[in-house]
Amino acid sequence: MLYNQPSPLEVKVLTRRFGLPDSQSLDTYLATEGFQGFRRALEMKPEEIIGEVMASNLRGRGGAGFPAGMKWSFVPRASSKPKYIVVNGDEGEPGTCKDRLLIENDPHQLIEGMLIAALAVGAAAGYIYIRGEYRRLIEIMDRAIAEAYRKGYLGENILGSGLRFDVYTHSGAGSYECGEESALLESLEGRRGVPRIRPPFPAVAGAFQCPTVLNNVETLCAVPAILRDGGAAFAALGTPKNGGTRLFCLSGHINKPGVYELPMGFNLLRMIDEVGGGVWKGKKLKAVIPGGSSCPILKASECDLAMDFDTVAKARSMLGSGGVVVLDEDTSIVSLATRVMRFYQHESCGWCVPCREGTTWLRKLLERFHAGHGTLADIDLMGDLARNMLGRTFCPLGDAAAMPMISYVEKFRGEFEEYLNRTPGGPLGRVTIDG
Amino acid sequence: MADLVRLTIDGKPVEAPAGTLVIEAARCIGVEIPAFCYYPGLSLQAACRMCLVEVERAPKLLASCTLPVAENMVVRTDTPAVKQARRSMIEFLLTNHPLDCPVCDKGGECELQDMVFRYGAGESRFSEVKQHVEEKRFSPIVFFDAPRCVLCYRCVRICNEGLGVRALGIVNRGVASEIGPNRGDRLECDECGACIDICPVGALTSGIYRYQTRPWEMQHVGTICTFCANGCKTTLGVRNHRIIRGNNRDRSGINGEFLCIKGRYAFDFVHSEERLQTPLLRVNGELQPVSWSRALAAVAEKFTEVKARGGKFGVIGSNHTTNEENYFLQKFARQALGTGNIDHQRTGDVATLLGCTRSLATVADLYSTKAALVVGSDLAQQHPLYAFQLRANWRHHQARVYTVTEGPVREDQYSAGRARVQRGEELAGVERLREQLKAEPELVILFGDAIQGEAVRKLVAFGDSLGIPVKYVCLLDYSNSRGAADMGLTPEPGGGLTLPEMLAAWDLDVLWVVGANPLKNGELAADGAFVVVQDLFLTETARRADVVLPAASAYEKSGTVTSATGEVQALRAALKVMGAKPDLEIFGLIAREMGIDLGVAMPEAVFEEIRQTVRGYNVPLPVIAAGGAAQALAPEAPVAAAGRADLAESARNTLFTSGTLGRYSKALNSVEEAPGGLYR
Repeated sequence: MLYNQPSPLEVKVLTRRFGLPDSQSLDTYLATEGFQGFRRALEMKPEEIIGEVMASNLRGRGGAGFPAGMKWSFVPRASSKPKYIVVNGDEGEPGTCKDRLLIENDPHQLIEGMLIAALAVGAAAGYIYIRGEYRRLIEIMDRAIAEAYRKGYLGENILGSGLRFDVYTHSGAGSYECGEESALLESLEGRRGVPRIRPPFPAVAGAFQCPTVLNNVETLCAVPAILRDGGAAFAALGTPKNGGTRLFCLSGHINKPGVYELPMGFNLLRMIDEVGGGVWKGKKLKAVIPGGSSCPILKASECDLAMDFDTVAKARSMLGSGGVVVLDEDTSIVSLATRVMRFYQHESCGWCVPCREGTTWLRKLLERFHAGHGTLADIDLMGDLARNMLGRTFCPLGDAAAMPMISYVEKFRGEFEEYLNRTPGGPLGRVTIDG
Repeated sequence: MADLVRLTIDGKPVEAPAGTLVIEAARCIGVEIPAFCYYPGLSLQAACRMCLVEVERAPKLLASCTLPVAENMVVRTDTPAVKQARRSMIEFLLTNHPLDCPVCDKGGECELQDMVFRYGAGESRFSEVKQHVEEKRFSPIVFFDAPRCVLCYRCVRICNEGLGVRALGIVNRGVASEIGPNRGDRLECDECGACIDICPVGALTSGIYRYQTRPWEMQHVGTICTFCANGCKTTLGVRNHRIIRGNNRDRSGINGEFLCIKGRYAFDFVHSEERLQTPLLRVNGELQPVSWSRALAAVAEKFTEVKARGGKFGVIGSNHTTNEENYFLQKFARQALGTGNIDHQRTGDVATLLGCTRSLATVADLYSTKAALVVGSDLAQQHPLYAFQLRANWRHHQARVYTVTEGPVREDQYSAGRARVQRGEELAGVERLREQLKAEPELVILFGDAIQGEAVRKLVAFGDSLGIPVKYVCLLDYSNSRGAADMGLTPEPGGGLTLPEMLAAWDLDVLWVVGANPLKNGELAADGAFVVVQDLFLTETARRADVVLPAASAYEKSGTVTSATGEVQALRAALKVMGAKPDLEIFGLIAREMGIDLGVAMPEAVFEEIRQTVRGYNVPLPVIAAGGAAQALAPEAPVAAAGRADLAESARNTLFTSGTLGRYSKALNSVEEAPGGLYR
């Protein structure tokens, strides 16, 4: 499988099979400690499995960073309804491309993670929701699932344990919004992908209104190692409360873009310089989007920080989904803002007023501004509109559009003002992200 | 109540049952929280974000429409943050709104206008190009103007949840999201217009009403729909003696906000070019327009002459004239003409039912009963209000509905048990459900014309044998079928000819037909009979008449009608149509012309007489006068009186047909749906 040159600084737990010959096959997987975590879990009680995951300090890799073990513990133990494991492989956040590699290179690791989750909560079926553009991944996943069935790792009486578990893939249809967990469930059930009112949360009423564990691909892919080597060992790889490693997706103006598995808490500047080979073309760093396009931007001066959920949050941004977008000194923030808002406007599902109308207004405003027809008042208006959306939308998509917008205006206001002073109709400056 | 939750809203203490939403709790103490998408009785959306409130210790504003009350919760709806949020939400909403209030049908009664007025965003900072979409015609009844839409999804929900028709959905995404028909580019539905009335803005408008008037130019008259027997209140908007619209937005009446296409849009028969506006008299074999005095003189002369020689009268009354008219007509026949030959087109055997039980359900019971059984009727087509009530009961209270029908019905979507039977086998079908029904705590049985005579007695015996409280509804077809039976428009118990017998009597001297069209499918055997017809239109029967007297419709007169559930309600005259007179007035004029005294032919006086003399009709006047409904009480003890088993026949109306009146409604005839189609 194609994949970027690994870095010697990586700590390869989830990606250890990347680059192995025939890494998608069950044989390769079994030859490299595959299903050992599951075998251990088979001998444990459900609460012990959850305890192990809690001890690992594994936090949701989809973006919110919610402790995975705690999420599992919310699933009611006794339930008359069937329970489900749903995998969020919708990976739509711009700057993020890790789940793709995990499925491409090591699909059985995900199946094992699901099996362990199934043991922990007592689920009998699982769905892997994969974004529609990842058609090839669905084929890979389906082949892996078929192989697992053939060899007794899925289906009835798995490994003679009496456990029954079925796995299905489900294709998304191209909507970013379906990466939001409740919209994903709507889409999975065959309806229009719009978010649900919560509570109830999926743990209580998720897929088909049944108790559901809904985790990101990477989260579940970390579980086999946690059960195999113990939660404490996984936790020790990271920082307190931020256990293990995670896959950082370096992109933008960087010499060696790619997906790198690094311990939680890895320093961002080191990541750019030592793992990613530094800013391209010898340019200076201007800013970094630390966790996918919805995260507030960090100025170069703010980038000397540990990449874990809590530290990045303290810097008033988010670790998000691990999409680290590096921006060089020539980047136009006005162009960046326009491009980002175009994305969110396009992806707003239309359900609630502030997101639907707010992203549209901001996009039109930014496109006008970008085309050289802005005014000073527009700059205040951008921030104002974003603040009017923030925290008031039905689902987090509105926040995802508003938060970066607010950060662009707050941190790079001067650049917006400067943009106004260009000769109207003159050159628009280098548009590096646009298009 | 044990599970009362105490909280404060704007500093005022509130107690509300657990599970109450904050927006509702606030309403109870007079604190208005604005909302577009929140609508009592429909599923929650939380999409408009107008109802955001501040809750102590919550990190951000919360949508009060999905927030259940909690002990010691402290809610504020009047803080600067809340006000600012509302203002900004309206500012967002107005960005793509066309602001075409001056020509919009909704102008003046628009929730968006009211919100802007009350909560701000009087000026806009939006200076971009608006999203524009051309308006669409979903059907002759329903038009959609997407730019005005606020996407509150009320229309989608009332159609999907309220009606079970599922005709509307959302197409596209994001700012391009639009309401759209679920099947292709046009609606296939009940065309009831519920989506239009529930729309808070002018996005959905009706082909009947749009661009005709400003709302404040109309007088609004609440009266009772003159089509089926469900007794829905409809508020007619009248300008210059024309009815321009019908709706029930004040949710008064037994129907709440429900109306079908007939109640909302089929009033236009009133203004049909084919309305009779002058009396007609047969002269030299041809019907010719004559003056009222000449026509009345001809009738009085004939009646007097035939009465004097002991000739044979036949009187056929109507099932959509008022109780007062029906009462007066039978009094006229029995006292002045001395005949018991009086009948009407019976559409259900309510007489036998009243003869065997006093346990009669109201429309409200249909919404509150734990279980209901529908026997031999497609409610959604023939009794849409009852279908709506039962569905609402199922949605809100998980009521169990059972059906015994010939074919598929809309209730199949949610029914707890069903039996498909051949016509005539209904009782056997009911029997098949016995075990399930026995387990219910209570039951309402609704039955159509498949159950008549002895079968009614058997059905009631079945109900008695269940050992649970059972109430009954005999399904009837027209707006005052029940009143016709109650007022004595039948030959029983005194004896006399029934309707078919009158038509078959070769020696009939006079046939007096009021608001009925027996010759549409029947033939009059007595070639020489003198036929007097009172009607709105030149029906098949009127064409055979010797004198035709132009009658006023229910929308042009006052009086009372009784719904199938026995609920008595008052009509209010909305307008006058030149030349036509209420039937009661016509009776009075004929009586005066004949020189006989039958008392004052005025609705109020006759109703008072009804209250004194007709069993069960001593209903409270203030309730009726205030526009309420009072159920006519069942007799103290069931009387042995019974209908004739073979006489009742449902008119088998669909949603888009309704006897003579329906034939003259352009709105009803404009719909493109297949008649009787099951849209769901």
